[in-house]
Amino acid sequence: MSKTDDRSFQCPEGSTTLESAVIRFSGDSGDGMQLVGSQFTDTTALFGNDFATFPDFPAEIRAPRGTTFGVSGFQVRFSSQDIHTPGDVVNALVAMNPAGFKVNIADVEPGGIVIVNEDEFTKGNLKKCEYSEGYNPLEDEELTTRYNIIAVPMSRLTRESLADSGMGAKDMDRCRNMYALGIIYWLYERPLEPTIKYLNEYFGTKKGKPQIAEINVRALKSGYYFGETAELFPSRYCIAPAKHEPGTYRRISGNEATVLGLVTAARKADNEMLYASYPITPASNVLHGLARLRDYGVTTFQAEDEIAAVCTAIGSSFGGHIGVTGTSGPGMALKSEAFGLAVMLEVPLVVVDVQRAGPATGMPTKTEQADLLQAMFGRAGECPCIVLAAQSPSDCFEMAIEAVRLATRHMTLVILLTDGYIANGAEPWKVPDFDSIPEFKVKHPKAEDLPEGPFEPYQRDDESLARPWVIPGTPELTHRLGSLEKEENTGNVSYDPDNHDKMMRIRAAKVQSAATSIPPLEVHGPDSGEVLMLGWGGTYGSITTAADQLRASGRSVSSAHLRYLNPFPSNLREVLSRFDKIIIPEVNLGQLSMIIRSKFLVDAVGINIVRGRPFVIDELCARVIEVMDQ
Amino acid sequence: MTTGKNGTTSLPVYTAKDFTSDQYVRWCPGCGDYAVLSTIRKVLPKLPFKKEDHVFVSGIGCAARFPYYMDTYGIHSLHGRGLPVATGIKLANEDLQVFVVSGDGDLLSIGGNHTLHAMRRNIDMTIILLNNKIYGLTKGQYSPTSELGKVTVSTPRGSVDAPVHPAAIAVGAGCTFIARCIDVDGKMLDAVIQRAVEHKGTAFIEVYQDCNIFNHQAWFYASQKDSRPETTIDLEHGKPLIFGKDRDKGIRFNNGSPEVVTLGDGITEDDLIVHNEHDRCLAFVYSQMNYPDFPEPLGILYSDPNKPSYDSLLSQQAPTGPAKTDADFQKLLLGNETWEVN
Repeated sequence: MSKTDDRSFQCPEGSTTLESAVIRFSGDSGDGMQLVGSQFTDTTALFGNDFATFPDFPAEIRAPRGTTFGVSGFQVRFSSQDIHTPGDVVNALVAMNPAGFKVNIADVEPGGIVIVNEDEFTKGNLKKCEYSEGYNPLEDEELTTRYNIIAVPMSRLTRESLADSGMGAKDMDRCRNMYALGIIYWLYERPLEPTIKYLNEYFGTKKGKPQIAEINVRALKSGYYFGETAELFPSRYCIAPAKHEPGTYRRISGNEATVLGLVTAARKADNEMLYASYPITPASNVLHGLARLRDYGVTTFQAEDEIAAVCTAIGSSFGGHIGVTGTSGPGMALKSEAFGLAVMLEVPLVVVDVQRAGPATGMPTKTEQADLLQAMFGRAGECPCIVLAAQSPSDCFEMAIEAVRLATRHMTLVILLTDGYIANGAEPWKVPDFDSIPEFKVKHPKAEDLPEGPFEPYQRDDESLARPWVIPGTPELTHRLGSLEKEENTGNVSYDPDNHDKMMRIRAAKVQSAATSIPPLEVHGPDSGEVLMLGWGGTYGSITTAADQLRASGRSVSSAHLRYLNPFPSNLREVLSRFDKIIIPEVNLGQLSMIIRSKFLVDAVGINIVRGRPFVIDELCARVIEVMDQ
Repeated sequence: MTTGKNGTTSLPVYTAKDFTSDQYVRWCPGCGDYAVLSTIRKVLPKLPFKKEDHVFVSGIGCAARFPYYMDTYGIHSLHGRGLPVATGIKLANEDLQVFVVSGDGDLLSIGGNHTLHAMRRNIDMTIILLNNKIYGLTKGQYSPTSELGKVTVSTPRGSVDAPVHPAAIAVGAGCTFIARCIDVDGKMLDAVIQRAVEHKGTAFIEVYQDCNIFNHQAWFYASQKDSRPETTIDLEHGKPLIFGKDRDKGIRFNNGSPEVVTLGDGITEDDLIVHNEHDRCLAFVYSQMNYPDFPEPLGILYSDPNKPSYDSLLSQQAPTGPAKTDADFQKLLLGNETWEVN
């Protein structure tokens, strides 16, 4: 189903026109907040707004009901303009229970709308979120004056609207989320049709439960009509469609884009691919997505552990299928010895690290970008590899393709860093024309393709410094690869001192030679000035927005975002030299800043906030100003 | 000229020399690995495969140096990780004949988890465990197959943990081909390897291997000509379990447990267990028959030719090859819901 963008769209009379709005849905982790959030996003996408999402949920599958640590949230910002972030401040909060209210209220703007299910604000539930005895926030004058709190008896109203459905209380209660969604749809003038279609398809056709579909649709409509008739809201809000470049768009999350990027890369390399991994939050759905794509040239393998996964990928590469594995921080740590093996053997290996808050088990469903130094150095010995980082959900598509291209071109390890925020967050994506994506066909030489004489498995290409990818089953070219140090060219085990020094440098040079085929770093804003905000990874949206905001208020600030971390783009040194000060905001304690300082001898300053969530723009701007005014 | 695996009739005639690499063998003189290397170099020419279709994979250890000495494709990988690497190779190309040659530390200590899962999955490959009941390359620590109380450099007062028996692990993991040989008995090893390669699934061969530097004569009871008939029993499918220099002893079931009996005096061959390769419970019983209480069974303890291999199930489910010709990549990128901007 697609909707044509009408460039002459006019907001209806009587509604308030907004440039953008931020809505956050919150409730228990079993309440279906992710579902309503993604439904709102899909509807909004079809309507034509630019959007960015930020799902925020606990690690547990069903945490104890009513507790603050069981709260699941979904934030979506949508706009008639180009936006890059899900928003710092919430305009409308939906709180299905007191815990959702308690956890999220502080993020709501003064005067913001707060729609609560007042039926859940019982003594027992209030106690579960550790409000003091006898206190009910809905009766707190301070809160009711600061925010526009609209208490709706959603449980009762949902049940009433479904009373004649013949379904049990439990099933009816499960539709409360749709009731809430209906209210929000009315409030923000969204059409109901896309969600109705989804509910009928999902519950009706896919799950074979048309009665469930029916009550959900009814609850949705009831919520909508409640918004219309209850006259509890001062106004409705209209956010016009955004002016995007012409094209065909879809909604995409980072993990979805990673899946599509990998399968596209296999096709462009004209080579099969094996994705071997072990389930780990937040990377598991890359495995799930690829597992359905056997017909597209990718086989998946769920290994018994992280180490088995990466070793199977390495074996697959030796055998001739591009080996890929995916994980998060803890899995990277487990795989590090095997990374060394890939670098030593010189076979292609792509690793996707969907970073999450660490260390150790950390906070599995919260985002962070603290694996950069691990990706650069976390292996025994001098073991350099190519390191890439995606900057947004849709950028995961292009960077996954780049990872495979570079791994096969240079016969080495490529680590692609993404993070939980962009992996789960979604944005609109202009779908590219598949056929115009450049190819990079892989070659498996036969004896006749190689120079005369005995085969030397480590004889290198002059440009890429890569050895030939000769695979088992090829006549006359039998050879052995090993994890011990090897003699240049022949690959025989060698303990020779000079050879070892030479081989170290060759492996390092090979990684650096990748710089010849990567794009230069682009600066967003003036080419030179007082401050360059330099970032990498999922902070692209917030850093770009902060720099734009600072520039708009008269500050000399530009921004740039690195997608190639090793090797760096060859113009990086020159770009850095054009600014008086380099500021590096990171969701870690200073990792890119450590590398930039040491490699370029510039006095880069870090802005380091490690809260398990994306930056708050205003806070970022304030910190930059602090540094500038020192 | 022999008919190759894929029906090709152009298989060359190979000799052991064709499978011998140019690398100087670095095992200690007297090491049991030499005998195994020689046997394997001689058995490969008998197999119906092209030289370039063999891949030898190993982990780390003395045994794991094996691939360097074979002129085939090979990988010397990481300690304990030979099996997942071998799995990846097989998944990339199921026409390859994959061998994993490793030691007791590599396959049962650090690699124990992978051994369990490779066997459970029944990937079509041959695992040769060179069991010398010690850690050789790191100079003499005890291994998971060393006996309780073994005094070594890391256990000067004797080890206090009990060993595992590889065959028992294999039975427990559901391995579909379990065999046991002795390094010096090249004839039996040759025959077993041929059966193992024929077997479509994980074939596991434990080899009693002597480390003459760090654990010399640990297997002497089994390998020496005079003691072997009393301490081991060569299994033959369909034949009763008889052993002894004079073939005067046998194994029978007594109330569900194996019992050593002397023939004569009312006990005849008919009372004895008849070896059945396809009986898993019997395989477990064999894995519990240990020296000195029992003669240790040698040869093919168990084989299940019917259980499908992982790779065959995978390709039955859906082809694991290149993208289907009608795979619509543009449609894949577009997904289920799109909208147009004009």
